[in-house]
Amino acid sequence: MSENGHISKLLKNKMQRRTFLKWSSTIGIPVIAGGVGTKLLVERQQKEEVSSAKVEEKIVSTCSINNCGGRCVIKAHVKDGVVVRVTTDTQESGDLSTLPLRACVRGRNYRSLLYHPDRLKYPMKRVGKRGEGKFERISWEEAIETIATEVKRIGDHYGPESRYVNYASGQSWGLHGGKNAARKLLSLTGGFLNYRNDYSSGAGNVATPYTYGTNNSGSSFDSLLHSKYIILWGQNPSEMIFSTPYREYLMQAKKNGAKIIVIDPRYTDTAIAFADEWIPILPTTDNAMMDAMGYVIITENLHDHEFLDKYCLGFDDSHMPDGIPKGESLKNYLLGIKDGVPKTPEWAEKICRVPAEKIREIARNYANIKPAALIQGWAAQRQAYGEQFMRGGAQLACLTGNVGKLGGWAAGTGYWSRSDIVYPFSFENPVKASIPCFLWTKAVEKGIKMTAEDGLEGVERLTSNIKCIFNMAGNMLINQHSDINKTSALLEDESKVEFIVVSDLFMTPSAKFADILLPGTTFFERWDIGVPWCFGDYVILGERTIDPLYECRDEYDVFAEVAEKLGIKDKFTEGKTTFDLVKESVERTKKELDPNFPSFEEFRDKGVHHFKFDEPLVGFKEQIDNIEKQPFETPSGKIELFSKALWDMNQHDEIPAIAKYIPSWEGPEDPLTEKYPLQLIGWHYKRRCHSTYDNQSWLEEAAKQEMWMNPLDAEKRGMKNGDRAKVFNERGTLVIDVKVTPRITPGVIGIPQGAWYTPDKDGLDQRGSLNVLTSQRPTPLAKANPQQTNLVEVKKA
Amino acid sequence: MAQLGFYINQSLCTGCKACSVSCKDKNNLDVGINFRRVYSYENGSFIQQQSKGLVQNVQAYYYSIACNHCTNPKCIPSCPTGAITKNKESGVVTIDQKVCQGAQLCVKACPYGAPQYNSKEFKSDKCDFCMNLQEKGEEPVCVSTCPMRAIEFGPVEKLRKKYGSISQIKGMPKASITHPNIVITPHKDAKL
Repeated sequence: MSENGHISKLLKNKMQRRTFLKWSSTIGIPVIAGGVGTKLLVERQQKEEVSSAKVEEKIVSTCSINNCGGRCVIKAHVKDGVVVRVTTDTQESGDLSTLPLRACVRGRNYRSLLYHPDRLKYPMKRVGKRGEGKFERISWEEAIETIATEVKRIGDHYGPESRYVNYASGQSWGLHGGKNAARKLLSLTGGFLNYRNDYSSGAGNVATPYTYGTNNSGSSFDSLLHSKYIILWGQNPSEMIFSTPYREYLMQAKKNGAKIIVIDPRYTDTAIAFADEWIPILPTTDNAMMDAMGYVIITENLHDHEFLDKYCLGFDDSHMPDGIPKGESLKNYLLGIKDGVPKTPEWAEKICRVPAEKIREIARNYANIKPAALIQGWAAQRQAYGEQFMRGGAQLACLTGNVGKLGGWAAGTGYWSRSDIVYPFSFENPVKASIPCFLWTKAVEKGIKMTAEDGLEGVERLTSNIKCIFNMAGNMLINQHSDINKTSALLEDESKVEFIVVSDLFMTPSAKFADILLPGTTFFERWDIGVPWCFGDYVILGERTIDPLYECRDEYDVFAEVAEKLGIKDKFTEGKTTFDLVKESVERTKKELDPNFPSFEEFRDKGVHHFKFDEPLVGFKEQIDNIEKQPFETPSGKIELFSKALWDMNQHDEIPAIAKYIPSWEGPEDPLTEKYPLQLIGWHYKRRCHSTYDNQSWLEEAAKQEMWMNPLDAEKRGMKNGDRAKVFNERGTLVIDVKVTPRITPGVIGIPQGAWYTPDKDGLDQRGSLNVLTSQRPTPLAKANPQQTNLVEVKKA
Repeated sequence: MAQLGFYINQSLCTGCKACSVSCKDKNNLDVGINFRRVYSYENGSFIQQQSKGLVQNVQAYYYSIACNHCTNPKCIPSCPTGAITKNKESGVVTIDQKVCQGAQLCVKACPYGAPQYNSKEFKSDKCDFCMNLQEKGEEPVCVSTCPMRAIEFGPVEKLRKKYGSISQIKGMPKASITHPNIVITPHKDAKL
């Protein structure tokens, strides 16, 4: 770094310090001391009037950029450089294409997040054992110097494949962000080991294309206004906010008279607000119910013959790919012609515990009430045989002919996409090798032994295990990855991973494993653009609202300085600031993608842009309207209920060619239930976005971290509401308060995912961090995370 | 100005608690003090059939409530210092923080749990209908927050004309005690 750069940085930091002092004298009272009520509020306002009588409140519209499926308008009320309050989108709209993007409880807490006293304030280096959490303050100069030296050393010594940027989604769901900054830096210095897929919908992402040829299944939300019957299978948009306007469309669909069924082990908040009926089910057994629905539909002749004949491969023996022995069709399987087990509702009832008559009723309704939408959440594909869940839903949609029709829904992962923006921050990684993201711990331990069977792609063999990890704005290093005890032991061993860089807002469980720890910025302190999951039809400008607090810095700027140290700053920044990136994105989106996109000034003025469409997007409408001209992107050009590609893998027990129920390891049929009789699941909790906000006290008050247990299971164990419980299996033990509630299926317990791993002196987690109990065994096809598949036992702590 | 009241479309409430936390953000309230609260109700049980299937009759709902600015508020006569008054024009009930001595009798008197005691300030306080926002022409913060747009406010007579006269659901105190100025569309499981 040049002397000038250093001086200007120091000056900048000085200015930040002044801002901080100003901030601490004002906002410190309400947030930290808190609970002051109206009187103090009035006094504080009077005091401010004296000191800054001329300072007017200005409102800056911004947007969060974490991995929340929703994306909402956050209006920061700023006074004298301090955010004094946040409000959200207040527009009352009758126009369904510009629905208000109102923040949920998490968004209402953002001021508390911004000014939280535990924010990381300056760069630090590790001084204790790795993972112990002992750090010492260092200068930015030293942090940057160390990163540059280690990046070079490890790259030179082990080769670029030894360097890895971990999956992360904290403050990085925008145009730039830590993950991408690290990737670009590594790309420019030889490259890094790539990962594929994600932890959210890993099994589905790989499985769904085997059915449709693409992962872009589903339809746009406005199509639901035409649905008459909606099945939400393991989907809970009221808590995990799949996309901010989704709830509004569900509400409207309900008003339009659609009957809504929720199938879930929990009576979710979504079920409370929207469902006509809740169907409790045991985790990992969804496909048994799906199979039985298929059985009912075909034995009662409710299936759409024309649809199956014309668009699908594999339904019956006369519609099979060449070279497959007789008897392997879906129909044969469901009727039990080959295995002698007809997949009757009575057969399924014993497995999934949904009464046979209920399965019949739902199957008949789904087949008869048209159009019907079966929408799948991603929870149930996060299990041992998660691939089957996604393909199974698609299978039902095809049996009933609900694909390609307005008001129907092409079940599957559901990554429809009809609006996009340009991402101007780009890089090209010279390394072609990639691993499934869930197997990074394997690549640390025995990367050079990984093969195509482990999902290694791009090379025959890796030249090195992972030796250097960048974990930017993410908690996957410890908290969100499976089997925390195993992962911690792996990372504590400094002979394996030699260097770990973490950036974050707080001292998370992952941050404790850093060698160099960088204080990141919140969205209030940086420029960006917020894009909802699956490109919901709007984008929100993330305007920088205040200067970064303390010594916090955007990762982009940090890595630009690392690049400078390595003599490649110009290549890294291409002369652009983050503000330039935002402006470029807007300008290029208007020019290259959508002439109706606003100019930067217009965008800034409005804060949000809604993409407009004349009619709903109906998944696969083009194919269904004209399959000759517009075949599916599968090998056969049809929807593949039977996939020859899967058949050819020749692992029919775990990777069948048609979707089917496979009794799961650590499922209700596993003999292990004798020792560990309870199935444990997690869910996206309304008060957190994954693990983000776990340390926020207003949110803990709104929805505390507690384990759900049915009264029948609690009684057996002599447990009452509010008791402390020990939850354990072979992989670990955690301690948590119990909520005894009929809102969860007997035999199942639920712990909201994302709580920060908080071991006591004996290593027992005291917070309820689910991943103490989850397994690193991947799903067979996608090599994805099976974190909803766990057997445990519970006793009073 | 006529008596103001809240309307809660409880049938839409997802229990997200954005109303409660936005009220804290606006009023700078510490943990433990909630001018607007979201209660939950759950009831029912499971029976396992001979054939293994599980049958349930579970009922559950959420309910958001602040101060109901009652026509006959029990808090006012309970206060020994006369700190609580009801505005003659708007009917809004407020606690004067200069006069309150923290006796907490209002906390005990209110059947809805509206007054909240602040043990650091030794005073009670509660929802004041965001009158300072209303004076600027803005909505109370809970109203402008609710992602389901399930909270409205206005002259209570107007709300009753628009939404009917239900002011009590399962689990709530009898409306005849204080005559709360609230209008509710109940959740299907919450109807009396």
